[in-house]
Amino acid sequence: MLAAEEIQEALNLSSGWFLDNLWLVGLIPAIGFALIMGFGKKMPNGGSEFGLASMVASLVVATGAGLQWMNRVDSAEEAGHGGDEAIGLLQTFGRSVPRAAEGAEAAPFIEPVLTTWVWWQNSGLEFGIGSLGDGLAILLLWLVAFISLLVQIFSLDYVRDDRRYTQFFGALTLFSAGMLVMVMAPNMIQLILGWEIMGLCSFMLIGHWWEDHENSKAALKAFFTVRVGDVGLLVGTAIIYFASSDWIAVNLPGKSGFDIDAIQAWALSGDSSASGAAILVAATALFIACIGKSGQFPLHTWLPDAMAGPTPVSSLLHSSTMVVAGVFLVARIYPVFWEGFNIANGGLSFIAMIGAITIVIAALLAFVQDDIKKVLAYSTVSQLGYMMLGLGTGAWLPAVFHIFTHAFFKCCLFLCAGSISHSGSHHSFDMKKDMGGLRKHMPITFWSWIVSTLALTGVIPFAGFWSKDEIIDNVGNNGYTFLFWVGLGGAALTAMYMTRATYLTFFGEARGAAAGGHHDDDHGGHGDEHDLTLEEHELELATVGAPLGSDHADGGAPKSLGAAANAHGGHHDDHGPHESGKLITIPIVILAFFALTAGFANPTPLAGDALGFNLGEGVELIKKYVEPGHEPVALDAVTPGGPGESLTPFVPQFAEEGEGGKDAYASGCGRTTPPDGAVCFFPKVKHAVPELGKILLSLAVVAVGYTFAIGFCLAFYKRRDSRLVGLTERSRLANAGYKFIVNKYYLDYLYENVIVRAVAHPISAAAYWFNQHVLDATVDAVGEGGKRSGQWIYDNVDQKIVDGAVNTSGAVASETGRGLQSTQSGKVNQYGALIFGAAAVGAIVLVIINVG
Amino acid sequence: MLAANFLLLAALLFCIGVFGVIARRNAVMVLMSIELVLSSVNLNLIAFALMNDDVDGQVFALFVIAIAAAEVGVGLAMVLLIYRNRQSISLDELSELKG
Repeated sequence: MLAAEEIQEALNLSSGWFLDNLWLVGLIPAIGFALIMGFGKKMPNGGSEFGLASMVASLVVATGAGLQWMNRVDSAEEAGHGGDEAIGLLQTFGRSVPRAAEGAEAAPFIEPVLTTWVWWQNSGLEFGIGSLGDGLAILLLWLVAFISLLVQIFSLDYVRDDRRYTQFFGALTLFSAGMLVMVMAPNMIQLILGWEIMGLCSFMLIGHWWEDHENSKAALKAFFTVRVGDVGLLVGTAIIYFASSDWIAVNLPGKSGFDIDAIQAWALSGDSSASGAAILVAATALFIACIGKSGQFPLHTWLPDAMAGPTPVSSLLHSSTMVVAGVFLVARIYPVFWEGFNIANGGLSFIAMIGAITIVIAALLAFVQDDIKKVLAYSTVSQLGYMMLGLGTGAWLPAVFHIFTHAFFKCCLFLCAGSISHSGSHHSFDMKKDMGGLRKHMPITFWSWIVSTLALTGVIPFAGFWSKDEIIDNVGNNGYTFLFWVGLGGAALTAMYMTRATYLTFFGEARGAAAGGHHDDDHGGHGDEHDLTLEEHELELATVGAPLGSDHADGGAPKSLGAAANAHGGHHDDHGPHESGKLITIPIVILAFFALTAGFANPTPLAGDALGFNLGEGVELIKKYVEPGHEPVALDAVTPGGPGESLTPFVPQFAEEGEGGKDAYASGCGRTTPPDGAVCFFPKVKHAVPELGKILLSLAVVAVGYTFAIGFCLAFYKRRDSRLVGLTERSRLANAGYKFIVNKYYLDYLYENVIVRAVAHPISAAAYWFNQHVLDATVDAVGEGGKRSGQWIYDNVDQKIVDGAVNTSGAVASETGRGLQSTQSGKVNQYGALIFGAAAVGAIVLVIINVG
Repeated sequence: MLAANFLLLAALLFCIGVFGVIARRNAVMVLMSIELVLSSVNLNLIAFALMNDDVDGQVFALFVIAIAAAEVGVGLAMVLLIYRNRQSISLDELSELKG
């Protein structure tokens, strides 16, 4: 016999202090924000110490929770594979028992650690606040805390001496807090709270240098564009609440239609309320919110403008917070989208289409940007498109994995861009004007940039390869052949635009500020006006063959930056480019290290084999610890937690075998309806079996992209006086191709002239005709009739009766006012006398009444 | 009767206070007079509490004292500002509320 404790131990999943107190991860930065705002100005370092300390503390808790979560998953596995004796004992306790996993198919659902308190109550509805600790949440919590910490360290130097240093750190910390609160949200209300905190903070941070009109416009644009999508979030949440509450009240008493776990279970329940129009509309509305937040087509326009903010903000915004929030929302309540868009049966979902469009549109736009941060911004949009594509085609795990890896290398790239502008190009982000040849001056930044670029473009063995190729592979495996090729094409485009950016920044001859010259324009860099001058410039370059940047970067006349947007203009006395300080390079190097290694958190086993080292079966850590199990869970095992209490942990278990039970086991949640008395929390997603051919294909595509781009860069930017230049005048074909590039691939032309003329103009013409001939005629007739009857009413009713009454009352009020005017003497004593006189009269009346 | 004496004293204080409010021209003196009025009210409250053998009135008086303190604080602040602006606290000259 086992002792009682051992039985209890066998029944319980392991937990731990960090897991139980996961809510601290979000709370600590929130307190940090309050401290910065309250006492920051008085601190020696302007409050940044609070921000850093809170991020360190959050990171510690998140790391601890991550380790304990891994323990928990392992403990479940041990219980599942436990000996016969233990299973026999467990059965005597009246609980169904996990069946030993049969092959790799069995994926027990590991219960998340849920901690909630009642936040507020409203007419019997309780809104909780707390934390939902499962693999996805903990992975992102750790990621956000880690990236935020590095970005804050970077900011120490980058925004030193900024005029709003304290506010900057306050907003940065609150921003992280918002994301953390959102990620750990156990219900939609808390999720919306975090979501909106981030929206507010992005507004504050993008408009950090709001004295410049462009910046405040960009901040407003970001805020309002995202708000357009936010309406979808509210609508979707409300629809889900009302559609699900009946089912939840019956099956999961104690939960409400706002609880995320309840929503997941409801969406996969196969109930009639969770199929059909309601869930489709809800999923669409929620995805519109994600389009706004994650910068998907067609609401991606705010993201490049958001580059107006300080670089650390762009870095944080584009790696682990804000834009990832939309992807996270889809991943978080994935069952809703799974059922709503019918992903299980290979429907071409809204999400996948938007994702695929975004990949291509954004990648093409990245080619024509001269602002290094805007190239990265469009790159982010494109990569978010990959994540959405993955989620929309059932590749949940690769999409989440791509969030993880993308955060490292994109954050690193942005910080490199910040480092370049800080020390290399004198606060300019213009690649054509103020950069070039920087690799000699900034070796650390250069090599970190190269590592991250290789990671972004998906070169083995860097991080991006493992995640992006897994997405593409799974998209193809799930039957979306066309989208598979779109993804591959996007990968080639990525390689090309990153090569262009790398070449312009680090290779070739030094131009403008990178060559040591100061320029005295106002660091605009974000306006259309600026782009225009560069186009002209490029034209000039190609036709005349003038050195790049010679006419714009005035080599002499170093001028004090004065009131330029960056407040730290004055302290660069050494005019040439140089490597940044340690506070800037250390975060970059750490991130570059992760850009190199993060992929090994979930490597494809076969890819390792192909490379000649055996990675084994257990290497897919993200798959093992983050992806929720897809097996049905008996209802009696789902115990709602009370206020402030953790749920009683339980052993993951199968529903009773019976009608449907076997099928459910064979097919998994989301592919068949769970049996009676059981619920599902996560659909069974397919995983592609990696093939060597596909891996080689994707690598070949990237290689082709690189070769082409390098060749183009060398021919066009370096040997600019050779064939290409004359070609544009000699050959009509080359001229057409050249114009095609100069005119931003005619995308603007397409948007403004073709689409607007061809689509909008006929529509508006037709609408105008309809308006003039049909609507106006009706309106005219109605109007004429209305006018006549109105005239009659005016003459008889209005003038005589209504106006009479109005005039009389007005006259009465006016006369009364005039009569009382004399009492308004303005003399306090007189007022006092009136008050006391009135009180005396009142007292006398009271006395008389009471006596009488 | 003892309580009647209290009430008489309260009435006397009240009358002096009202007279001060109406007749005085100095804003500080008006504020002081208002304090007298409030004191008389307190005295009444305590006297009635005594008569009815009920502690509520005394508690209420404590609240009145607290509020009176706040009120005189606000009043003095206003007087100070008025003095700074006009170099005078004579209420006769203040007729900006005239309608």
